[in-house]
Amino acid sequence: MSDFSVIGKRTAMVDSSGKATGLGKYADDFSVPGMLIGKILHSPYPHARIKKIDASRALALDGVVAVVTGSDAPNKYGILPVGHDETALAVEKVRYVGDNVACVAAISESIAEKALELIDVEYEPMQAYFDPEDSMKATSDLIHPEKPGNVEKDYHHVFGDPDQGFAESDVVIEGRYIANEVTHAAMEPHCTLASFEIDSITGNQGRLTVWSSTQVPYYLQHKLSIVLDMPMSQIRVIKPLVGGGFGAKSEIIPLEIIAAVAARKAQAPVKITYTREEVFWAHRGRPRTIVDLKTGVKKDGSIRTVAARVVQDGGAYCSYGVVTILYSGALLGALYDIPNIRYDGYRVLTNKPACGAMRGHGTVNVRFAFESQLDEAAARIGMDPAAIRNRNLLKPPCLTVNNLRVRSYGLPECIEKVVTGSRWAERKGKLPRGRGLGIACSHYVSGAANSIIRSDMPHSTVNIKVDRDGGVVIYTGASDIGQGSDTVAAQIAAEVLGCSMARIQVIAADTDLTPVDIGSYSSRVTFMNGNATLRAAQAAKKLIAEAVAKRMNCSPEDLIFSDDKVWKKGAAEESVTVAAAAPTVSGHVEGQILRGSVQQKRKDEGVKERMSFEEAVVTAMDIQGTLTGVGSYAPPPDARGGKHKGGGVGPSPAYSYSAQVADVSVDEETGEVTVHKIWAAHDCGRALNPVAVEGQVIGSVWMGLGQALQEEMVWKHGLLMNPSLLEYRSASGVESPEIECYIVESIDPEGPFGAKEASEGSLAAAIPAVANAIFDAVGIRLRESPFTPERVLAALRSKKAGAKKLQLTRNADPENPGSFREHGGSLCFKGKGPVRHALDPAMVRPGTTADAAEEMGGAD
Amino acid sequence: MSKILIMLNVNGRSHEIACEPNTLLLDCLRQDLGLTGSKRACDDSSCGACTVQIDGVPMLSCALLAVSCQGQRITTIEGVAEHGSLSALQKAYSDWGGSQCGYCTPGFMMTVNALLSETPDPTDEQIGAALSSNLCRCTGYVQMIQAIKAAIRAEQQGRAAKRA
Ligand code: FES
Ligand code: FES
Repeated sequence: MSDFSVIGKRTAMVDSSGKATGLGKYADDFSVPGMLIGKILHSPYPHARIKKIDASRALALDGVVAVVTGSDAPNKYGILPVGHDETALAVEKVRYVGDNVACVAAISESIAEKALELIDVEYEPMQAYFDPEDSMKATSDLIHPEKPGNVEKDYHHVFGDPDQGFAESDVVIEGRYIANEVTHAAMEPHCTLASFEIDSITGNQGRLTVWSSTQVPYYLQHKLSIVLDMPMSQIRVIKPLVGGGFGAKSEIIPLEIIAAVAARKAQAPVKITYTREEVFWAHRGRPRTIVDLKTGVKKDGSIRTVAARVVQDGGAYCSYGVVTILYSGALLGALYDIPNIRYDGYRVLTNKPACGAMRGHGTVNVRFAFESQLDEAAARIGMDPAAIRNRNLLKPPCLTVNNLRVRSYGLPECIEKVVTGSRWAERKGKLPRGRGLGIACSHYVSGAANSIIRSDMPHSTVNIKVDRDGGVVIYTGASDIGQGSDTVAAQIAAEVLGCSMARIQVIAADTDLTPVDIGSYSSRVTFMNGNATLRAAQAAKKLIAEAVAKRMNCSPEDLIFSDDKVWKKGAAEESVTVAAAAPTVSGHVEGQILRGSVQQKRKDEGVKERMSFEEAVVTAMDIQGTLTGVGSYAPPPDARGGKHKGGGVGPSPAYSYSAQVADVSVDEETGEVTVHKIWAAHDCGRALNPVAVEGQVIGSVWMGLGQALQEEMVWKHGLLMNPSLLEYRSASGVESPEIECYIVESIDPEGPFGAKEASEGSLAAAIPAVANAIFDAVGIRLRESPFTPERVLAALRSKKAGAKKLQLTRNADPENPGSFREHGGSLCFKGKGPVRHALDPAMVRPGTTADAAEEMGGAD
Repeated sequence: MSKILIMLNVNGRSHEIACEPNTLLLDCLRQDLGLTGSKRACDDSSCGACTVQIDGVPMLSCALLAVSCQGQRITTIEGVAEHGSLSALQKAYSDWGGSQCGYCTPGFMMTVNALLSETPDPTDEQIGAALSSNLCRCTGYVQMIQAIKAAIRAEQQGRAAKRA
């Protein structure tokens, strides 16, 4: 198919043996001499003023070295320049149950834990807000005083003429959809180890080194410099192996700052590792989202208008919130051809852990609503759901109505693949009751065209150093968090230089060693770091080619780099193949000889037509001295989107596309939904490493299924009821269906070898595909996720005359979700719910509404 | 709490360790012996990332006291590689995308390794049942199961080759 030697080949991850043997190091696997263990004291209140903190009893405990509180590091930070609203530890007040109040650094974990109990904190409870629509009405006790109505940010966009579009439509469908809150739950709990050196010149505390489980080492370096008032050059951030991120580690998590602040005060290295429960509190997951959606279509299936009002329950801090709410609107475009769009987005603050970026950032919940509603529209006009999607395709290259540039577009082929694979035409609508098929599509950016901190700086930079014996070292700031970015960089360099993967070393994500890369988020790494690597490798190759061309008496363009060799075009082909077949050991021997007596050897040989890679490198080095290639990537200006307010979020140099079909059955007795199989097709431009692409696509579909079927954060009075993997119900292997992945290659004109993103775009379609399949199976339209047995049963019963209605909690109709509920209506928490102890500090708060009291104890 | 002296046999080597009587095996392995391959990913023994084998049986090291493992053969992920090379299972995990972030991998490795030494040719149901004790958030298990099956095939071919 292609004439690449490394690209497109199933390649084992370069770091996979470390993972398989347990020798690979994650942040918590490091320790340094004299290291202390840090433990954080969290707030028991959702919203309260801190009147006094007294740590004297804790400090008196033997083994406690330091206690830090908010006043030790009051500088504000946040991942977005517009959202600097966090401090290392609470200053003045706490804003959610689990907010960070103090940190103890002690010689052991058990002592640190004991010391936490000895810190006396006096709180004054304030009115707390848990429901975003209530929170928006707040006039007093604002969560951040500078945000009136607890609205972090609202945007109102109009593209085209939505009213005209509705007027032209034959069918207009309106509905409210609610997607409950989910979190990443990466297997590795966050961990940070911070250690200061003593400066040789001043004799005082000097440079800081931080090992942290992060997707964004350079942003961490930046935020640490803000909080600690240190120049960035004095801070070294090292990202070891990271045990999964999914967005959870794509911003600065409190412990990363707290560990450094504690190390500064304790004058000793401090390591903090979250417990699983703390990971849930740190959160930064996908917000609960209310989507009021209205779609107008014509009888022929063409979409005329979409109007969406989106309210996100953002939690207590801004985090990525402003970006999330913008993505939700912007990514209404670029999947289908929609001429008119109205978008009203509200990012609302509530007294719960902050939501942030999670796989499919911003697009997932709105996509669930849209793809569900499109299915309803298809049913109303009597069109096949796959056909209505085909009816609304974009015609790239094009600019969407909201100024997104689309060039490569594999969606039609994706739809075709899953329709064929699932035998859609034969089976859809013909399955027995209780079994159904559903289709849905989604897409995602290949990196944001505008970085968080607006500048013209390149988003990725790579240095490649070639050694005299033909070893190649790639220095990249990109963060491999398990998705395989180091491997992709190695493959790209190997392909360009025509050398084997074995020659390549990747040194990544160490701010002292590697050039800057803005991090692993918004699926940007393959595209942007890949392009930077490509350019760096080409630069190195150019130097080699120029030197070799001189010796071969030809122009550099006439040289072919492949199979660890360099030869002149037209040189006797068969001898090249013979040489390629010979064991590479001989290459090593030759390399040894060359180092000693290259001049002599050259004289003996005269003009050559062919060289080993080592020989070519030595030839170049004799001229250049050193051999380094550098490359960078910045998205082109025409991909950076419109000029409207908020227009910076959504544009990307390229979009990935996905289509999925779900095959489900619904047990009408128990309400249980079983997914039998998912067919998922993903347009990733070009699959640089098919194993990795399939892994990413399957993994994101799987995570989408989690949100579709069982995962949800259940709250009661701002307290998370299920902060563990078991109660959060992360699926195990037995509960996970077969997912068949089709790779579609649309070869993007700008991606490295045509590649686009593969890790996020498929997640969003999984949820509506299942919702649509449930509708096909039993005729209920679930507009609230996840589709737990309780919700399915409640919806089924509400349809059946005479059946006993299922009373979940107020406004529980999952076909018609009215507003937010304090908890999700899951079986284990239905009715009375778990009652908190009367003396539980979180209960003693003003403004406890009658409603809450009722949920607490009273009426079922 | 004052420390006591215990003797643990880990990966065929005996170690004398001073630890508090309430030390968990996981902490003892990670902190006292520096065997950080076994991971912790939960607080309630639900994830399986810390799985080790005690006398060949997969067990959660976060739910065992180090003291209670004296006199038993403890095998951790560090003891799985064969003669300094990857075992067939480890190799297959690399080739088939069995691990992405790899944090769950050591635990799965110990679970599957025990399954395969008991049942060299397991059915799909047996593989599924064994895997259900461990959680992964990256792979969706599909490629992991492919890797396990590939390892079984490789082992069988190896054995067949040895017989021939
Ligand atoms: S650490 Fe999760 S089961 Fe042991
Ligand atoms: S590979 Fe990341 S959790 Fe399994």
